[in-house]
Amino acid sequence: MSTYQVPTLAEMAAASKTPEILFWVGCAGSFDERYKIVTQAFVKILNKVGVSFAVLGPEEACTGDPARRAGNEFLFQMQAVANIQVMNAYEVKKVVTACPHCFNTIKNEYPALGGNYEVIHHSQFLQQLIHEGKVVLQGGGEFKGKKITFHDSCYLGRANEVYEAPREVIQALDVELVEMKRCKSKGLCCGAGGAQMFKEPEPGAKDINIERTEEALATGAQAIAVGCPFCLTMMTDGIKNKERESDVQVVDLAELVAKRMGI
Amino acid sequence: MALVAFGQQKMFARPIPALLHALLYVGFLVINLEVFEFVLDGLLGTHRVLAPTLGKAYVFAINGFEFLAFGVLISCVILLFRRYVLRLARFTKPELKGWPRLDATLILVIEMVLMCAILTMNAADQVLANQAVSPYLPLQTLFLSSQIQPLLQGWSTEEVLILERGAWWFHILGILGFAVYVTFSKHLHIFLAFPATWYSNLRAKGEMESMPEVTKEVQLMLGIATTSEPAPSEMGRFGAKDINDLSWVNLLQAYACTECGRCTSECPANLTGKKLSPRKIMMDVRDRVEEVGKSIDAGGKGLEDGKSLLGDYISKEELNACTSCNACVQACPISLDPLSVILQMRRYVAMEESGTPAQWNTMFQNMETSFSPWKFSPSDRFNWAEKVKEEEMK
Repeated sequence: MSTYQVPTLAEMAAASKTPEILFWVGCAGSFDERYKIVTQAFVKILNKVGVSFAVLGPEEACTGDPARRAGNEFLFQMQAVANIQVMNAYEVKKVVTACPHCFNTIKNEYPALGGNYEVIHHSQFLQQLIHEGKVVLQGGGEFKGKKITFHDSCYLGRANEVYEAPREVIQALDVELVEMKRCKSKGLCCGAGGAQMFKEPEPGAKDINIERTEEALATGAQAIAVGCPFCLTMMTDGIKNKERESDVQVVDLAELVAKRMGI
Repeated sequence: MALVAFGQQKMFARPIPALLHALLYVGFLVINLEVFEFVLDGLLGTHRVLAPTLGKAYVFAINGFEFLAFGVLISCVILLFRRYVLRLARFTKPELKGWPRLDATLILVIEMVLMCAILTMNAADQVLANQAVSPYLPLQTLFLSSQIQPLLQGWSTEEVLILERGAWWFHILGILGFAVYVTFSKHLHIFLAFPATWYSNLRAKGEMESMPEVTKEVQLMLGIATTSEPAPSEMGRFGAKDINDLSWVNLLQAYACTECGRCTSECPANLTGKKLSPRKIMMDVRDRVEEVGKSIDAGGKGLEDGKSLLGDYISKEELNACTSCNACVQACPISLDPLSVILQMRRYVAMEESGTPAQWNTMFQNMETSFSPWKFSPSDRFNWAEKVKEEEMK
């Protein structure tokens, strides 16, 4: 038996190998205790399926998304241009990421700065793997037959119109997918986008994540599935605020799939 | 795009107002054909000049106009009911206080009065035709206006004649007057919605427009300048402080907005009681353009009047509350983009004023020093892999 492998592009290049995809981990995927579990789940899937991949490891830096949305274009471009230099030096062609903010930035905003890659979100990648029969889901699982709702992240949904891929992944899990009142193009933000993740909200009547959590709880789902590290944090905080941690989980798509693969 | 502008595709996300709006829209377009005959009659001194040539088709058309006029009338009543009796949340927001509310009400009332004039005119016209008064021509049944005719029983021919002429003049003068009023009103929407849709953004909504003037600086700083061109000696302003920093498409959109408030009703910040309202952003842009324009017309200081869009119209608190979620852009039936204005103004605040909230400044510092919005050592970035690399693959 061998252990899971997480090769870096630097190691691959040293061995004169070129991976098919770069897995862009992102800052939350690298540093956030909760989202690190998602990153680990996703690399386990990649290993299990035998996808030729690599990560940048210590050479990765923030895409610059929050700086740009907060108005600091200089800082954004400093990050972006540096990242593009690294990726172009490794001749990266295809990028997969579990963060919709990284996904949107690399896909839509790096081309203007000389970074042209095929970029897909991990929900799309998982959908493809399931579709191609490469991911084999075992029967049962803790959510079998139970209700799961999917929270659309703005940067995956409205920003890039990816609505079906995450839903198809959930439906493949033999669970009951229930929709919130506001979903897909009408989905309500978790409150973290536009660099809100990094500051307190402005004064108001309520926090946005509480509003969204109430809507998710109203579906009666036992789990809220997300495809974004910021949404994961915001919805988890919302569930804690409502003191429902014991009966409602907030989980990422990659975790759901990895569990059902028995890894 | 044609579906959005002419077919009102995005309106049908909310079917009831979409139906009412469609009646007004079709009514406006079709009834204006009758105004064409009004103008011909007025200029040639004729009466119903097209009736003899078109024959049955004319009666059919007039009946069509009447049904549409009635539809418009009913729609206006329902729309006023929604505003004043149901008091839908999006019509009671603070930015609608004063003129915007009066403007909205005037538009609906004027449209109702104009439609009443058409129906009254047709009713009187046929009463006169039945009395064989020249030059009135009997038309086969006009289903709707004939319902009003009993009200005119007992009126003398002169009185009915005055009523008919009065309604005719009222309608034509009303329409022409309304056309002038529209240019001072949010109702300019009826013309500018089309070019605004034409120029709307068709790329992925998540993409923020790049700033090439910054790229040059960044490349110089990173020592990878691709051209030997010297940097321009005088840099323009970064981001938007006032209307002249925005693009003309932003300004066109501000004038195309009819203040329906779908954007605001789906804005997560507004829904949770924050000050931000995307509709107010559009209204503020237009109001500031109007203020500057009037000042220039009066020989005043224009843009140099000591005021600006940022501060005097839109506060930082509003800008900072935006989650850039694009719900407003998605909700707008003509794809106007309040987010574009917000993000350009944020750029001004961040790059020209260094006026971003303290927590954002900390995030900037973290990104500069450790390439992550959080304060972690870059050398720890790959630590997550250690655990999984030790795990046996199942």
